[in-house]
Amino acid sequence: MAELLFDGPDWNFDTLRRTTEAIEKVAREDLGLDTYPNQIEIISTEQMLDAYSSTGMPLMYRHWSFGKQFIHHERLYSKGVQGLAYEIVINSDPCICYCLEENTMPMQALVIAHAAFGHNHFFKSNHLFRQWTDPRGILDYLDYARNFLGQCEERHGPAQVERTLDAAHALMSASVFRHRRPAQPSLRAEAQRAEKRIEDDERAAHYLWSRIEAEHRSQDHEGEAAARRHALGLPEENLIYFLERHSPVLDPWQRQVLRIVRNIAQYFYPQRQTQVMNEGCACFVHFHILNRLHEQGRISDGAMLEILHSHSGVLFQPGYDHPGYSGINPYALGFAMMRDVQRICEAPTQEDRDWFPAIAGSRDWRGVLKDAWANYRDESFIQQFLSPKVMRDLRLFGLRDAETEETMRVTAIHDEGGYHAVRDTLARSYDLSSRAPDIEVLDADLAGDRILRLRHTLRNEVPLEPREREATLACLRDLWGYDVEIEEASS
Amino acid sequence: MTHFIDRRLNPKGRSTGNRRRFIGRIKAHVREAVDASVRKRGITDMEAGTEVSVPRDSLSEPSFRHASKGGLREGVLPGNRNFRAGDEIERPPPGGGGAGRKGAPDGEGEDDFVFALSRDEFLDIFFENLELPDLIKRSLAGSSVARPRRAGLSVTGSPANLNVGRTMRRAMGRRIALRRPSDAKLDDMRERLFALEAVFEPDAAQRAEMARLQGEIEAATAHRRRVPYLDPLDLRYSHFEPQPEPRAQAVMFCLMDVSASMGAREKDLAKRFFVLLHLFLTRRYDTVDLVFIRHTHLASEVDEQTFFHSRESGGTMVSTALAEMHRVQSERYPASEWNIYAAQASDGDNYQGDSRDCQIWLESELLKICQHFAYVEIIGEAEARILRDAARGTELWMAYREVAERWPNFAMRRVAGAGDIYPVFRDLFARRSEAAHG
Repeated sequence: MAELLFDGPDWNFDTLRRTTEAIEKVAREDLGLDTYPNQIEIISTEQMLDAYSSTGMPLMYRHWSFGKQFIHHERLYSKGVQGLAYEIVINSDPCICYCLEENTMPMQALVIAHAAFGHNHFFKSNHLFRQWTDPRGILDYLDYARNFLGQCEERHGPAQVERTLDAAHALMSASVFRHRRPAQPSLRAEAQRAEKRIEDDERAAHYLWSRIEAEHRSQDHEGEAAARRHALGLPEENLIYFLERHSPVLDPWQRQVLRIVRNIAQYFYPQRQTQVMNEGCACFVHFHILNRLHEQGRISDGAMLEILHSHSGVLFQPGYDHPGYSGINPYALGFAMMRDVQRICEAPTQEDRDWFPAIAGSRDWRGVLKDAWANYRDESFIQQFLSPKVMRDLRLFGLRDAETEETMRVTAIHDEGGYHAVRDTLARSYDLSSRAPDIEVLDADLAGDRILRLRHTLRNEVPLEPREREATLACLRDLWGYDVEIEEASS
Repeated sequence: MTHFIDRRLNPKGRSTGNRRRFIGRIKAHVREAVDASVRKRGITDMEAGTEVSVPRDSLSEPSFRHASKGGLREGVLPGNRNFRAGDEIERPPPGGGGAGRKGAPDGEGEDDFVFALSRDEFLDIFFENLELPDLIKRSLAGSSVARPRRAGLSVTGSPANLNVGRTMRRAMGRRIALRRPSDAKLDDMRERLFALEAVFEPDAAQRAEMARLQGEIEAATAHRRRVPYLDPLDLRYSHFEPQPEPRAQAVMFCLMDVSASMGAREKDLAKRFFVLLHLFLTRRYDTVDLVFIRHTHLASEVDEQTFFHSRESGGTMVSTALAEMHRVQSERYPASEWNIYAAQASDGDNYQGDSRDCQIWLESELLKICQHFAYVEIIGEAEARILRDAARGTELWMAYREVAERWPNFAMRRVAGAGDIYPVFRDLFARRSEAAHG
């Protein structure tokens, strides 16, 4: 019988260190995880609330909306409506993991296995994070952003900065590169490049004037419009990127502010595409590691019960008609799918052999999962790995709600005829490009009326929220300086 | 590979800057809430925070989002019990917690955004349009008055508090006790050695003395190194302990004309005037009693609720209030035990001839015992433009002006808006801050 790692609910830094070492041993030797070095920080509830209000980052520039978030969470927390997260983990190198001081020792073990190894491995291995984020530079960049915005407030007044930030935040979700890499992925050379950008902007101002003259001479309107759009790099899906480069009214510092907001939006974009996988991976990892430690006799039965209690609390999936229902729980779905992959590899049924001939019975679930964690995102992962058994267990059914019809219709359920339809529908609903509105810059005639023309490509005829649309357009007008029009086009 | 950091002791309140920006953003609503609670609250409980409720609209963070209705939507839901493919289901009624409809993305509903303003933030906004100087704001907002008092010596402290005299005295005692060779003694030996070394051909006795001196000098230097001139052990710091300032008791008389000409606006201004004096007094005195005296052509002592909220009809005789104040004061608040402050608010009307009586009451009785008597005449904004000249005004105003010239503890002021109130207390606060410096 091996020695217990800890006993009772109290923790100190010794037990934390000992437990983390044991967890790390299982993570590396059994699961073969590859992680960034960990930096585990113990914080108080108040600091956790602080972290909540700055989108989970350890530092952030200042803005009233973060104050609003803080007050909102603080109120919910102090009234007991909402508990606090046990941990927050940041995609950085070293990987920063905040653990709440109020966690009991079994909870700390759960949290460390979950965040410091599960999430950490996912951040380091998943292709989206590898390709689109710069974990080594993000903290430096945020530090730079905070100082830069502080200086802007001093120089141009808080009201000006707030106005620019408000407008930029409104466009944030429509300002990521979805299909190609950001033009300049290195975030660290930011400060040095600022100067060069000012020169570029001056040049852009010159070309404005040369445009005006050219217009008098030319008669070929069609060809000219195409050339103009080409010169502006249109159509452009990243709204802020376009404004930053081509808005006729912004000061250099405002362009820099837009760039900061855009970079932060881009940094979070992979997280929005991998919610199910990220949480599933972390839950799978903590579940496996802690069970293994329990089998080895290093975690007591009582502690294991406490761990399982919070584990099942987090993974609870209420049914669609349950009062607590708020969509599919990404923890539950991801964990169920990954456990099922493990089952399919080890003990497949005939159904599994039909559905997953490549992996059924291969016994190498570690390899299969690690490959999935590295190379998929939610949409493709569900498309590839959602098994009939998981659909049956969660009792999933597809629902179609068309404006033109009187009633909603159940399109498919978890039966032989419906598995494929349910899987496809679920996968599609995790495709960010169908969840977020598709808006792009179509045209802007800088030498003519200077109206910025946007196009919203309707998918399934789902319109934009009208009030939000008007308010966001007002923000856009602010940054563009001239009128902005949006047209709707069916796909 | 893993690194632990204990952040619990890091400074808190990282988001105060954000909170300040947030409150700035909704300033109009916050001010409204503060004004409302100034009206609602008693003078004495002005020092708590307040709840502010802000409509969601003014806090929206818009973005391009899909509407919750319209178009074709397909989704997958968990927990099927008895549906078959092709079943038709009625749409859940809008607004109900129906299937498949998420709340707002940030989990907020449509209610107003409610949050609590802390005491400091509350006072900040309360002071805002009173136009108080910063020093006064700080001294009013400070929750208790404490002054550092000498409390002996300590072995630790900040360099600024180093007690040089004590430190040097201890150093000297230690040097004597440990027989540290003095500078003078060492210099003597060195001089003697130097003289001996200058001898061209020293004899045996001189050589022996040189050797002895060299040995002694070395020993003395080593001894001096072991026993330093000033040792960390010697350091003594002056120690200060914050001690609350001795406070006494004060009584504050609030006098107000409640005849029909005093409307809600006038009473609101008067209340701010009373609140300000009360805040000042609670900073300075342990206990502050409040006496409310209202008057028409008759004066009576009432409670706060009646004072501010009930109406009386009748003529106006200001002197009755002064007489009532004198009666209450002489019955319950002897001047030898109480600091007496009075604040009087009125719209300036008075029964003809009564102003002379007021002057007499003030000069012969009240001003002798009052620390400070502040009078505000509340006028309309239109009147304020006409009545620029302080030398002109109603009979009561003219009578009080004469009093003000003779008595330094009497202050008066015409008030058309909240910003005019502070100057009437200017002397009071000025004297206090001088005293604080002295």
